[in-house]
Amino acid sequence: MIDLEIVLANLPLYLRGLWTTVWLTFLSLALGLVLAVPLGLARTSRNPLINGPVWAYTYFFRGTPLLVQLFMIYYGAGQFEAIRASPLWPLLSQAWFCALLAFTLNTAAYTAEIVRGAVLATPAGEIEAARALGMSRALVLRRIVLPSAFRRALPAYGNEIVFMLHGSAVASVVTIVDLTGAARIVNSRYYSPYEAFLTAAAFYMVLTFAIVGLVKLLERRWHAHLRPRLG
Amino acid sequence: MLDLGGYGPSILEGAVLTVEAALVGLAVAIVLGLLGAIAKLSASPALRLLAGAYTTIVRGVPDLVLMLLVFFGGQMLVNDLAARLELGHLDVDPFTAGVSTLGFIYGAYMAETFRGAILAVPRGQLEAARAFGMSPVLVLRRVLIPQMLRHALPGLGNNWLVLLKATALLSVIGLDDMVRKAALAAGATRRPFTFYLAVALVFLALTTVSTLLLAAAERRARRGEALPA
Repeated sequence: MIDLEIVLANLPLYLRGLWTTVWLTFLSLALGLVLAVPLGLARTSRNPLINGPVWAYTYFFRGTPLLVQLFMIYYGAGQFEAIRASPLWPLLSQAWFCALLAFTLNTAAYTAEIVRGAVLATPAGEIEAARALGMSRALVLRRIVLPSAFRRALPAYGNEIVFMLHGSAVASVVTIVDLTGAARIVNSRYYSPYEAFLTAAAFYMVLTFAIVGLVKLLERRWHAHLRPRLG
Repeated sequence: MLDLGGYGPSILEGAVLTVEAALVGLAVAIVLGLLGAIAKLSASPALRLLAGAYTTIVRGVPDLVLMLLVFFGGQMLVNDLAARLELGHLDVDPFTAGVSTLGFIYGAYMAETFRGAILAVPRGQLEAARAFGMSPVLVLRRVLIPQMLRHALPGLGNNWLVLLKATALLSVIGLDDMVRKAALAAGATRRPFTFYLAVALVFLALTTVSTLLLAAAERRARRGEALPA
């Protein structure tokens, strides 16, 4: 039933799509993480002027579909004369940049909330002890709070990586030839939906399992001190 | 606030379809999730393997890819079947394809949620119910499901929020939901940002209402538990 000829003939197309999916996903995740750490810390602030705007940002991006966010940027940016006249326009008129921007803002919002949760879970005694040793607030953050928060955030962040990988499939809707885009091209060229989409699905599954496996490995290393000691 | 230039009612119409698709999808997902969870916990290795494959595969693939697969592949399957049974041409409409895919995908997530919730119900209660002479179906209906739902509620709520947002993808396979209505309005008025922002705000309102209702449901479900000292 499955025509392997079609899959093999289009393997180069799929591999190019795979590369697009990989760089788009991981560049968004990296940029999003860089944004998320300060944003997550801002969310732990008791000052409403710092906490409030970041809360509104994460609330909006977590409460609306990624596809709609992408459309707002990709189709929406051109609505404003000021944006079209700005030096950013050459970038904002390109699909890959809009996707990168939408994905980064989306994952930063989810990750900021993960960071917030992990930071708030820091045992108060650890912070008090560090302060009592004379560490400055910045030093406490760098040496005590953030390292243990990253460790606690790892399982949730692993899920976020998989969500972002799967979410990146919407890039194909705005003309980007990622894995899903490649599958859509193959489907329309041969009218063979099974070959086209099952091949893409297989690639996504391998990527997903690789990510899950790596996160597990990392968890085992980072959480080594929490495991029961045998013998 | 937002000038929708007369397209407001059309967006609202799409919003109703979005909510309908999400609710029907949720119903399908809950049924599949229950079946999946029961299969995962069953004594039969074949059922366990089947349910394990279902949840693993579905959770490893993006929902958009599965939707496209079911929409295009399902149409082909229906065509083949119709030809073989000489039924003439049958169309798979985007609503049926979309809702069944949503249900199929989130059924896998629900199965994981329900599996954990079922395990949280003390075994002794099920044994006691059986000892009272209840049939397995009656045990399920009277003892297991009502108690399991309480444990499942937080996970179920999360799955619902993700499912609700995933309905936006149905516009890609041609469902006339509010995302597609917004695309039409955006094309006609050349104000895409306005319309996609309006759609985003409707989604935000829907997720907000859902979150509030879920919190109330969780409070109600916990009313039998002891208050924290």
